[in-house]
Amino acid sequence: MKPRQQRMLAVGLAVLGVAIAAGLTLRAFEDNMMFFVDISDVIAGEYPEERNFRIGGLVVDGSVMRQEGALDMSFRITDMRCELGVEYTGVLPDLFREGQGVVAHGAMGDNGIFVADKILAKHDENYMAPEVAESLAKHVDEKTQTLREGTTECEQP
Amino acid sequence: MIPELGHFALILALSLALCQALLPLIGAQRNDATMMSVARSAATGQFVFVAISFGCLTWAFLQDDFSVLYVASHSQLSLPTPYKVSAVWSAHEGSLLMWILILAGWTLAVARFSGDMPQKLVSRVIGVLGLLSVGFLLFALLTSNPFERLVPAALDGADLNPLLQDPGLAIHPPLLYIGYVGFSVAFAFAIAAMISGELDQQWAKWTRPWTTVAWLFLTMGIALGSWWAYYELGWGGWWFWDPVENASFMPWLIGTALIHSLAVTERRGLFKSWTLLLAITAFSLSLLGTFLVRSGIIVSVHAFASDPTRGFFILAFLGVVIVGALALYAWRAPSMDSSAGFALLSRETFLLLNNVLLVVATTVVLLGTLAPLIVEMLNGGKISVGAPWFEVAFLIPMLPLIFLLGLGMHTAWRKQASDSWIRVLRIPAIIAVVLGIVIPLLFYGRVSVMIAVGCILAVWMVSTALVLPLRSWRREKGTAGITRSTLGMSVAHLGMGLFVLGATVVSSFGMEADRSIRIGESLELAGFEFELRELRQVQGPNYSAIEGVVEVRDGGEFIGTVRPQKRQYLVQKNWMTEAGIHSSLNKDLFVALGDQLGDGVWSIRVQYKPMISFIWIAAFVMALGGVIAVSDRRYRVPVRGRQDANDVVAEAV
Repeated sequence: MKPRQQRMLAVGLAVLGVAIAAGLTLRAFEDNMMFFVDISDVIAGEYPEERNFRIGGLVVDGSVMRQEGALDMSFRITDMRCELGVEYTGVLPDLFREGQGVVAHGAMGDNGIFVADKILAKHDENYMAPEVAESLAKHVDEKTQTLREGTTECEQP
Repeated sequence: MIPELGHFALILALSLALCQALLPLIGAQRNDATMMSVARSAATGQFVFVAISFGCLTWAFLQDDFSVLYVASHSQLSLPTPYKVSAVWSAHEGSLLMWILILAGWTLAVARFSGDMPQKLVSRVIGVLGLLSVGFLLFALLTSNPFERLVPAALDGADLNPLLQDPGLAIHPPLLYIGYVGFSVAFAFAIAAMISGELDQQWAKWTRPWTTVAWLFLTMGIALGSWWAYYELGWGGWWFWDPVENASFMPWLIGTALIHSLAVTERRGLFKSWTLLLAITAFSLSLLGTFLVRSGIIVSVHAFASDPTRGFFILAFLGVVIVGALALYAWRAPSMDSSAGFALLSRETFLLLNNVLLVVATTVVLLGTLAPLIVEMLNGGKISVGAPWFEVAFLIPMLPLIFLLGLGMHTAWRKQASDSWIRVLRIPAIIAVVLGIVIPLLFYGRVSVMIAVGCILAVWMVSTALVLPLRSWRREKGTAGITRSTLGMSVAHLGMGLFVLGATVVSSFGMEADRSIRIGESLELAGFEFELRELRQVQGPNYSAIEGVVEVRDGGEFIGTVRPQKRQYLVQKNWMTEAGIHSSLNKDLFVALGDQLGDGVWSIRVQYKPMISFIWIAAFVMALGGVIAVSDRRYRVPVRGRQDANDVVAEAV
């Protein structure tokens, strides 16, 4: 093959490959990406229905409940403004504790309780997932603001 | 005193690095032999001072010098001595110092093993490496000084993160870094070639072994990291498509492409500018990886607590390196391409396809890793891209790559006659189709399209990789056998085949379950019975633990006891799961203790992982292939006449 043809072949193959890959991957992307939703937004009803999403916040002190001897457990999670109940069945990560930041994957159940299929607690104590930190900071700011102005609590629809 | 010496040595290393960078580069430009001759000695000096500095930090750890902030934050009196050493690179400052040490080590190696190279090329390569050293030394001295004092000194340290107190993690970062940093040598060769405007087959011959060695260390580093995550994080997965994992995987993919493209440049003098571009990309992706890990802009379970100034410095450094290298590339590369031709059915075509597919695979990983950032910047909300996406998207380029790999190995350079080609490949193809369907049916009792595809491709790769070594083994006495280079290639591809087999089987037939259990009870998974015999208290050097004694039986027959632990480290008070694994060649049985559920009941996670050990064995077989390839005699014998003779033999193969 002449160099010119070689180059054409290379470019042609590359373009074809990238186009096919891009098409297929974009389709897969639609199905597999997961949104992170603020707990306040979940309470206000603004969350993707019929698909999984992620929430994150602090585990409320004293809220962890479990049935004696069973794998099922529940706890409440807060973004410093609203609280949401979470149900989970399975082995918890080592750093899961009351007062700690956690991220949960799952979907909303019928009763306004988040049903988690996966719970993540970070393995460095000083580290908090940026989206959780951001969500907490936002609501703490709001709170100081509203304390000054003397208004609102968690809004429910 | 010692820490100040370390700090001072680091500053001296910076001044030597400046000499090492500037004098040889200017000397090479001006044809000044005296200035160029500084290169080797400056490189040696820089290495010595960085090593002293690293030694001082290690000393501070061994002496429990808690007046040093970094030591006080990452060590503790009762920490076992080996972990005091590995604690040196357990966090940002120390691992940056290790990065610098390894870079100086690679530079020293280049200075030492470049006797047969022209002085100009050596000077430029060492000079460019010196520039990189200057960047990293400045980074360390300006933003991340590991010798910073803590006043008043602490009485005891805050301890090493328990997760890092593990032999796997102690050696995984050094190997990974040797690999990452090793690509800077290929990068320096590329820049040197672009500055001089000369790139011949000889250049590729010099660059190749360096690239292969970096690649094989990266391979081992990634494999060890994956192994550590498997048994230490207590989740039982071996690859999570986590950004930090991806950050090490992308340079590996591009490095693999570079190795193959260098082969074409060396043998045929083709793909020159493409090789340069890959060398630049491999190193840039190593830097990008560091940036992603250090800056904390990407969510990851592995992420370190972050510091924005550091992220900014790395980003600026990354910008200078990439923009500088690409500008030079745009200016110089067009004049370098050569015009030799090749037939459609030739090894060149297959290596071209290999490169295209590996680059597509890298792009997939890069997009998936950066997608959360991009979507957020476009105000699309906060998203995460899960492993399922990567698993689908990554396979799209990988499946054809694996299929073509078997073909490409048996295709001649320039032009391959199709009838002899089909004759050679017929048998491996039949073996692959038969075994690929029979293996899963026979051992695991079921098969689906995806399982069959995975197994067929794996067997295809193994059988095609064995053809050349087998033929050489059965050859008539007196005829030439295969070169180490070809043998290395075969072994590395064999490793790849074993990897695909392991990955397919474990992801298709692996099982896991979270259950509750009390002492004396047993549970069943995949035909294995796990009985919790007792729970007892165990004391470690710096932790106390609850240990479960779990007896494993296969159809009533005792096959072993595993001892999963729940450790509490005395200083940080964190609980840590230490999984118990019964490992054999064809399967792992993995048991992790969960939480106490009350009433004497514990939650427990059990997993059945068939053939998972193949994944790590395969990585080491690949690395072994790299070792065999670089031991090829044409990299050792610089005498010209012999060289040409070798090339003829190699071409004939």
